[in-house]
Amino acid sequence: MTATAPLPEDLSVEAASVVLQPSAWERVRRNLSVRIGGVTMLLLVLLALAAPWLGTVDPSLFDPSSRDLLPGQRGEITTLDGEILKHRFLMGSDSFGRDIYSRVIFGTQVSLIVGLATAAVAMAVGIVLGLMAGFLRWLDGPLMRVMDGLMAIPAILIAIALVAMWRGSLTTVVVAIAIPEIPRVTRLVRSLVLSIREEPYVEAAISLGTPTWLIMARHILPNCVAPLVVQATFLCATGILTEAILSFLGVGLPPDIPTWGNVMAEGRAQFNEYPHNIFFPGIFLAVTVLAVNMLGDGLRDTLDPKMAKRL
Amino acid sequence: MLKFLGGRLLSTIPVLFIVAVLVFMMLRLTPGDPAAVLAGDAASTEQIAQIRTSLGLDRSIPEQFFIWFGHVLQGDLGQSYYYKTEVTTLIGQRLEPTLSLALTTITLAVLVAVPLGVLAAWRFGGWLDKGLMAFSVLGFSVPVFVSAYLLIWLVSLQLGWLPVQGYRRIADGLGPWAYHLTLPTITLSLIYIALIARVTRASVLETLGEDYIRTARAKGLHESTVLMRHALANAAVPIVTVIGIGIALLIGGVVVTESVYAIPGLGRLTVDAVLARDFPTIQGVILLFSFVYVAVNLLVDLSYVFFDPRIRY
Repeated sequence: MTATAPLPEDLSVEAASVVLQPSAWERVRRNLSVRIGGVTMLLLVLLALAAPWLGTVDPSLFDPSSRDLLPGQRGEITTLDGEILKHRFLMGSDSFGRDIYSRVIFGTQVSLIVGLATAAVAMAVGIVLGLMAGFLRWLDGPLMRVMDGLMAIPAILIAIALVAMWRGSLTTVVVAIAIPEIPRVTRLVRSLVLSIREEPYVEAAISLGTPTWLIMARHILPNCVAPLVVQATFLCATGILTEAILSFLGVGLPPDIPTWGNVMAEGRAQFNEYPHNIFFPGIFLAVTVLAVNMLGDGLRDTLDPKMAKRL
Repeated sequence: MLKFLGGRLLSTIPVLFIVAVLVFMMLRLTPGDPAAVLAGDAASTEQIAQIRTSLGLDRSIPEQFFIWFGHVLQGDLGQSYYYKTEVTTLIGQRLEPTLSLALTTITLAVLVAVPLGVLAAWRFGGWLDKGLMAFSVLGFSVPVFVSAYLLIWLVSLQLGWLPVQGYRRIADGLGPWAYHLTLPTITLSLIYIALIARVTRASVLETLGEDYIRTARAKGLHESTVLMRHALANAAVPIVTVIGIGIALLIGGVVVTESVYAIPGLGRLTVDAVLARDFPTIQGVILLFSFVYVAVNLLVDLSYVFFDPRIRY
């Protein structure tokens, strides 16, 4: 994937400058924002995968004798088998005597899964609906009016109401966060389709009698990839953030699942004396969302210059 | 102009209708019998049946929708399951804190963000510009409740300048009201400042490259006149637009901020209603917020005429 192929000798200056343009991949890799965001995300993924081996204990374990410890203090923790372990509470403990460090590290898994799953669900549904709206004239009007209606309801309220209806579980939380994001993806895909379908190669395909679904898959979708990747990154950030908000408000995942939002919700009552219960998960949350946003900004600047100009 | 106004107003009707359908379906798809919930545990079967008939719950779903929708159009949002009062009364009681918080936030955000954005564009690439861009990325990434606790810890607990939480009504005096509202307002305005400043900067940056700016400078106009009367005035439309779009963000922020600072407003009501599974209240609040969002964006559209006289509808 390097752009420095040897030049043919009979190439003009103009043509040569075109050849020497760094490829999209090259530009992405050189972007500082992408590098910082990407490396941070990679570290977080490794952290999530290696969670059981990073000096953590089972995040649901608690010990009444180790309640409200300050960061770095030593204490004991009882395993499910009744075995008592000496444990150093790197980020202190909560009012049940659970290890904040373990809960935060294991919370990374939940946050990343929710972020990726939200992006995947919203993208999948949005792409299908957007392609349909862009290609099927009779569906365009009614579908986009429903999307307008959905967009008029503040996203967080839809998510809160849906979770209240379905009760919190990983699946319902992901779907509840994804649903209000679907109209944005649909609109994006529809507008891309509307501009791409006027291109000569699509007209050629239509006149050759290519079936509609094949035109969508072969000609339209591949040309939407760059803006969609950017959109997916921002969706991932929204997913992580919204899940934390829902859990923090007490309407998200059940409290026994270690998520950053849940840890913060549990720390609220004692914030005056033990602010670290809120700050440690808060820092992880902010750094993660920052990393995803930087990745998204960088990708947008390099992959999608038109969109970059707008903001 | 009148024709445009009428058309634009009419165009919001289908959107609001679809919002109503979506919100209604959310409630109807919920398991459980609303009549039994409303009647309470001690109610007899006849009483439940009576409530069911009076609410029209024995009809078909489309019929139920139009009965409910008819009530909504008359300003009747139904009875709260949990508080056992009219939802409209509940909303009325909670309106002041939310309105106070939202209005002070928008005011503060615009007053801070627009000048910052203009200055950043004016000294493009300078330290203020770089600082602002870094702040705006941070502002989008640090969740409201994290910055809220950071501010509480610093300003209230360490410095002791402002109260940790609570709300005082305007009726209790402007002093206590402002004293309790300052920290929530600052918290909530951070993300809004990031958003508006970013768009202001981009928009002013674009107008600064125009010929009439060069002409204005060549005429010897003062730089502040060039910036405010020529650059900013022509950059207003995208800025106003983003303020309108940001209302959705603001509503989400209100829910979280009110929870953290224990402000008894509509956001707090939403969370309490969800925890109590009080669906008529959830429905009412969502309808109200969506209506506000649509109305604000309608106003934004109409304001284009004012900000850009070239736009003649």
